[in-house]
Amino acid sequence: MAPQDTLPARAGTAAPGEVPGGGDRRQGLAFVLPALLLITVFLVLPALWTLYLGLTDYRLTGTQAAHPKVVGLSNYTNALRDHDFRDALGRTLLFVFGSAIIGQNLLGFALAWTLRSTPVATPHRPPGSTPVATPHRPPGSTRRWVRSVVETLVLLAWILPGVVVAWLWIAFLKDQGGTLDAILHTPGRDWWFDHPMGSLIVFNVWRGTAFSMMLFTAALSSVPPSQLEAARLAGAGGWQTLRDVVIPGIRGHILTNTLLISLWTFNDFTPYLITKGEPHGASAVLPVYIYLTALPGERLGFASAISLIMLLINLLLALAYVRILRRRA
Amino acid sequence: VSPAQVLRRIGFYVFVAAVTAFFALPMLWLVTAPFTRNPTLAVSWPDFTLGNFRHLTDDPDALPSLYNSAVLALWTMLVTVAVAALAAYALSRVRVPGRDGILYLLLLLSSVITGTAAMVPIFQLMVKLHLLDKDIGVILVMTGGLLPAAIFILKDFMDTMPKSYEESARVFGANSFQVLGHVVLPNVRPGLATIAVWAVVNVWGNFLMPFLLYRTPEKQPAAVTLNNFYTEGGQPNLALISTFSLLYSIPVVLMFLFVSRRYGFRFHGGIKA
Repeated sequence: MAPQDTLPARAGTAAPGEVPGGGDRRQGLAFVLPALLLITVFLVLPALWTLYLGLTDYRLTGTQAAHPKVVGLSNYTNALRDHDFRDALGRTLLFVFGSAIIGQNLLGFALAWTLRSTPVATPHRPPGSTPVATPHRPPGSTRRWVRSVVETLVLLAWILPGVVVAWLWIAFLKDQGGTLDAILHTPGRDWWFDHPMGSLIVFNVWRGTAFSMMLFTAALSSVPPSQLEAARLAGAGGWQTLRDVVIPGIRGHILTNTLLISLWTFNDFTPYLITKGEPHGASAVLPVYIYLTALPGERLGFASAISLIMLLINLLLALAYVRILRRRA
Repeated sequence: VSPAQVLRRIGFYVFVAAVTAFFALPMLWLVTAPFTRNPTLAVSWPDFTLGNFRHLTDDPDALPSLYNSAVLALWTMLVTVAVAALAAYALSRVRVPGRDGILYLLLLLSSVITGTAAMVPIFQLMVKLHLLDKDIGVILVMTGGLLPAAIFILKDFMDTMPKSYEESARVFGANSFQVLGHVVLPNVRPGLATIAVWAVVNVWGNFLMPFLLYRTPEKQPAAVTLNNFYTEGGQPNLALISTFSLLYSIPVVLMFLFVSRRYGFRFHGGIKA
């Protein structure tokens, strides 16, 4: 049987799990080829091109459009010295930290924990008594109803198209009759103007919490009930159970979730749809800043250098994520 | 019932009420403004008029842009599903050295090279390939972005399919394409449906790529057209914007309901589906 391990499987002698039939490898390659081609040209090539463009003074119009000059690393050194870029990067970190790492994580977990299917408290049962009266309260129909209403709303915020969501939040926080002003009796207050970054953070918590909620709901159902029961019998309160049993049990999920929502928030273009970076760039997170520099600003070379910095940050986050994924597989 | 339990119950309902308000309040405008005569940004009791919908059908760009979105979404979905199914089948059944490494590398690439981070080179590439302002350009760019995750998910589905089905088809002399078409694909239908819906929702909601890659207003899909409704005074036309938003959101919500009823939500390597 040894040759089968080293030679490509042939007709009639295919190892289990292989496609039998002649020229497997070649046929396999033919099946993979269209995908590889599309991914290479439309995904990998643009990333590599960023490397080159970032070294040039490419502009959208003018002489540098026809004959871009290689300017070496000056785009990168300029970017790192540029105040607008550094401010945009700082705002982006604030945005990711406030809305994803803190906001979506905490609210998503709180929702998953409060709405989980097992009841919050189990009535105490004296040791030795027969478990005739089941210790678990049957999930009340009110509770189930509340749960599905909340979950639907949270998911709806997540699945609505970005452009629609942007208009909803303009209507919610703008002056001229914005909903929040009507509730707080602060007519004429434009939250997007007064607190652009704070508003963006609250907006993104609203927009993205659904994912964390679903991930943590799945994670919580994987915590063995026997461990929760043991904690309860040992007299642990709700907070202690969370800290000593639940959180350590789902640490991997928390890390996964944090990395993914950070990556998505970091790359989110919706802020452009709401504020276009206004007022005076105060809400220009990195994606918005790249767009404004590249197209209205026409500085493609400089924008490419910033794109590469962004790609590198993405790479760090994604590498960490794939490492966790592979370790678990 | 102990006082602690009463407090906990109260706490539960306060939390639920606050969360419900937070998530529901911004959505109110979407259900009131389309049915209000001359809506403003304010949420008010609607007049229950359908006049805004009539204005929308009179607008030269509105309904055609929904059609453009549907064309883009369907083509991207078809190419993605077909190409991903071929690749996933081969990767699931033929042993290639370093196959898992390749799969993870692809997944890594698709999450690193996002439209926002790569918008400048993508724009440049389309200029060079003379694909700017063409449907095929937008379709190919979006397919390239969706493929790695689609292959990853589909391979998962194909891995769980027993190989004996294919082997018996082989015994009767079926070739690889016949096996794929008659045996494998019918068996991974939930996987194909997942990918299809996921691709359609992604393309339907994508703003950045069509915004960058189309120059002619008549070709724009709904995501871009939504921001082009202005009154004669140059102010955003809120009647059209709100009404169009509602129409444009309905397909996404329906598809979401379909998937969650039919298959439930599952996590495939944490891919946003």
